Amino acid sequence: MGDSQYSFSLTTFSPSGKLVQIEHALTAVGSGQTSLGIKAANGVVIATEKKLPSILVDETSVQKIQTLTPNIGVVYSGMGPDFRVLVRKSRKQAEQYYRLYKEPIPVTQLVRETAAVMQEFTQSGGVRPFGVSLLVAGYDDKGPQLYQVDPSGSYFSWKASAMGKNVSNAKTFLEKRYTEDMELDDAVHTAILTLKEGFEGQISGKNIEIGIIDADKKFRVLTPAEIDDYLAEVE
Amino acid sequence: MSISEYNGSALVAMVGKNCFAIASDRRLGVQLQTIATDFQRIYKIHDRLLVGLAGLATDAQTLYQRLVFRHKLYQLREERDMKPETFASLVSALLYEKRFGPYFCQPVIAGLSDEDKPFICTMDSIGAKELAKDFVVAGTASESLYGACEAMFKPDMEPEELFETVSQALLASVDRDCLSGWGGHVYIVTPTEIKERILKGRMD
Repeated sequence: MGDSQYSFSLTTFSPSGKLVQIEHALTAVGSGQTSLGIKAANGVVIATEKKLPSILVDETSVQKIQTLTPNIGVVYSGMGPDFRVLVRKSRKQAEQYYRLYKEPIPVTQLVRETAAVMQEFTQSGGVRPFGVSLLVAGYDDKGPQLYQVDPSGSYFSWKASAMGKNVSNAKTFLEKRYTEDMELDDAVHTAILTLKEGFEGQISGKNIEIGIIDADKKFRVLTPAEIDDYLAEVE
Repeated sequence: MSISEYNGSALVAMVGKNCFAIASDRRLGVQLQTIATDFQRIYKIHDRLLVGLAGLATDAQTLYQRLVFRHKLYQLREERDMKPETFASLVSALLYEKRFGPYFCQPVIAGLSDEDKPFICTMDSIGAKELAKDFVVAGTASESLYGACEAMFKPDMEPEELFETVSQALLASVDRDCLSGWGGHVYIVTPTEIKERILKGRMD
């Protein structure tokens, strides 16, 4: 069966101490479309490629960036359907927190809860790990925040990160361009340039998505027209 | 007689300038018989947040244990203390969970926000919040407390004057109530410290 006898049960460690199914999930992420996020001084931007299987698909019907709460947004690399499951669970978690405390859930808390769900799916019976990594962008009392959550359930806070195809190129590019005092507009430009690096074909407002959140703590996905404006600025 | 009046209680919280006071009587009774005269119904949640639980003493103690439990978990999870408003919502949610078999308690929550703004609130035994800018009262002496507080309250009192006002209001009110009394317990909370004082009143 496949690569080894340890690739069947996801709860069986291989002799080298790895859980092979989780490695496979990471491979699924690695071959997914590129997504990236940058934390600026006054906000966060997340962006992703939106390559569709055919030109006949109505691109307005595909939304890869989703809002979890008014002040938290998320994007993924990997399997779309798995992402929707996580979005639904995260939104429910956020709403339960709000119902209890009458206070919006802090970004760290929502990320932790989401990561806990992903971890559970690496240790439960009858399920498989999620084939997605998430970039969660939010703005709360602690300021702008960017988190990456992996299929294993581990999560990190990043100043800038990328995932999916071309991770290493994108990360190298971000390392070169990133500065601590970067403003949100600069960050959007950098995000576009990074996507452009590994992009096959002509980039446009219709084949990428960008989500931003600034000090007003309102996460929103840019319209194709707004993206085109930013594209004109970087050229 | 109502079970909320079984043990007797008097609770009051008042807002001052960047400070607040919360006070209670010290009697624990079983109807008209006095059992203890050093009973505590005001509890500290953290350095800037106190909660008083009027009503049935056994439920007050159980509820307090649950509140401490929930707050400690929150502190570990979020690495911070609860804001008074957040804590009030939590208490409200816990009470409403028991909508059809409630804790016979009327909580009074008083705390200072991170910006030193005082917050006071009370709720009924099923968690309906009542927010106030000036003062809140609860317990078997609540009617007299309303009268006393309405007559004596002034906005923006300094801690010392606030202590005097709350104490006078409490002592005046418990004397008009058979089920509460035996002196009082007063806490004055300022951004820097919690002052706790024990009052002697009509000890009968």
